[in-house]
Amino acid sequence: MVDLKVNLNGLEFKNPVLTASGTFGYGEEFTDFFDLSRIGGIIVKGTTLRSREGNPYPRMAETASGMLNAVGLQNKGVKYFAESIYPRIKCFDTNVLVNISGSTVEEYAETAEVIQLLDKIPGIELNISCPNVKQGGMSFGITASGAEKVVSAVRKVYKKHLMVKLSPNVTNIAEIAKAVEFAGADSISLINTILGMAIDAERRRPLLSTVTGGLSGACIKPVALRMVWQTAKAVKIPVVGLGGISSATDAIEFLLAGASAIQVGTANFIDPAIAPKIVDGIVAYCERQGFKSVVELTDALIIDERQTDCRN
Amino acid sequence: MQEVTSFILDLELVENRSIHAQYVLMKFHDNKPLPLMKPGQFAQVRIDGSPTTYLRRPISINFIDTLNNEIWLLVQKIGDGTKTLAKTPVGTKVNMILPLGNSFSMPKPNEFVLLIGGGVGVAPLLLLGKQLHDQQIPVKFLLGARSSSDLLELDEFSKYGMVYTTTEDGSAGEKGYVTQHSVLNSCVFDRIYTCGPKPMMQAVANYAKLRGIACEVSLENLMACGIGACLCCVEDTREGHVCACTDGPVFNTNVLKW
Repeated sequence: MVDLKVNLNGLEFKNPVLTASGTFGYGEEFTDFFDLSRIGGIIVKGTTLRSREGNPYPRMAETASGMLNAVGLQNKGVKYFAESIYPRIKCFDTNVLVNISGSTVEEYAETAEVIQLLDKIPGIELNISCPNVKQGGMSFGITASGAEKVVSAVRKVYKKHLMVKLSPNVTNIAEIAKAVEFAGADSISLINTILGMAIDAERRRPLLSTVTGGLSGACIKPVALRMVWQTAKAVKIPVVGLGGISSATDAIEFLLAGASAIQVGTANFIDPAIAPKIVDGIVAYCERQGFKSVVELTDALIIDERQTDCRN
Repeated sequence: MQEVTSFILDLELVENRSIHAQYVLMKFHDNKPLPLMKPGQFAQVRIDGSPTTYLRRPISINFIDTLNNEIWLLVQKIGDGTKTLAKTPVGTKVNMILPLGNSFSMPKPNEFVLLIGGGVGVAPLLLLGKQLHDQQIPVKFLLGARSSSDLLELDEFSKYGMVYTTTEDGSAGEKGYVTQHSVLNSCVFDRIYTCGPKPMMQAVANYAKLRGIACEVSLENLMACGIGACLCCVEDTREGHVCACTDGPVFNTNVLKW
């Protein structure tokens, strides 16, 4: 029997498999396909202080082994979430975290305060990395000082688990991660989408209404893996890895690179029942490799003397 | 637990009929009874063996053959994904999520209905026509295409109602667009259902609006998930951005900003 439990700085998850915000709705969309109690947690759709209509259609473009999106944080606001959605999902037998975003530091803090009042929400994921909004979002997450400012402000008012989701669209991820840790984050999740673009050559026009959008899916996995590895070495708080995870093997690679848990994102679109299959695959791997608990996988990467990273 | 309405199934391709250079009619079978599916709903079909196809493809349910426990999909070969799907050999199991989306609403008693389709957009109207026919509602189909060879499944449609056609080149039926067909002048309709190219649907919606006729359209916005999770396929309606996959694909034209 493999022990699958992971503890992220005081918050316990029954297993390390979570679903990523923006790819799993509010969980309800997936109850036809599997029992949500089988996974460690759900991070629900990005929520903002006020209702947002998001960006105009078209918001999506398929790419080689991935997709671009430009949804732009469409949601009905935190009040609507607390009053209308929370009562429907609070009974889920798994950790439900809310991803929150804002245009200003004050908006982030105010939104976090509303979520704090919801008993069954043990934590938030602070999105300082959304590439699809004009104000806020990623602009906070691309400088160490911006990241520190918003995380500190939320930390002051929010007492439960504070996970901070980082953007890959930066030169030095370790520096941002350290700033977020210093500001009081309980854990770090990464990566959000990579800024990208798609063009219809025949029509000579961009495919997205916003011209650029966020790239996700299998194609971003190597970038994500590298950034998780760099981040895990730079901070002491737990790291939650995501970016292109589509199988148990992918998930295990992130754990080996230093992640304590993982999130499944775009793969939920291709197989809505993928998340529990990844849990099963991790168990099978641990049994085959002789690991008694999944925490032993974290940072169990073997790098021999001849393999040196020229960047360190 | 809420009642399960959508399923992920591996269905066996039992017939793959080329009905035109651009279209194939694919029939899938399952040993277990297929779930209940309504006209207007769609399947999210996974396509294997196409390296450039990452996401599933949403495809309208064309027909349910209850006798043989088959689901029919009418597929237009547009890009790599649908071209690869169209080449699937008989006997292959194809993975799909179904049924998804809402459905056409049924007419009120004594309403006269017209089903207007264009190109591959005729697909959901066959199942709708059969359902109306089964309920003893008289059905008239008005099907438009570029030329006679683009008129699809006419033999099937004619089983469930009167079929009127238009072609742009005049090679079959009346020459012109569906909105120019004489049946619109000779009959009075209370409700129109339409699916096809967006300009055609907009012309039909406009025709219906001017005459106070109830009109439902089936949209085919670009989708990623098909289950209301990604919010990519939104339609800008009078109620804001709503998902074409879960709030649609069928919309009353009153709520659209057309």
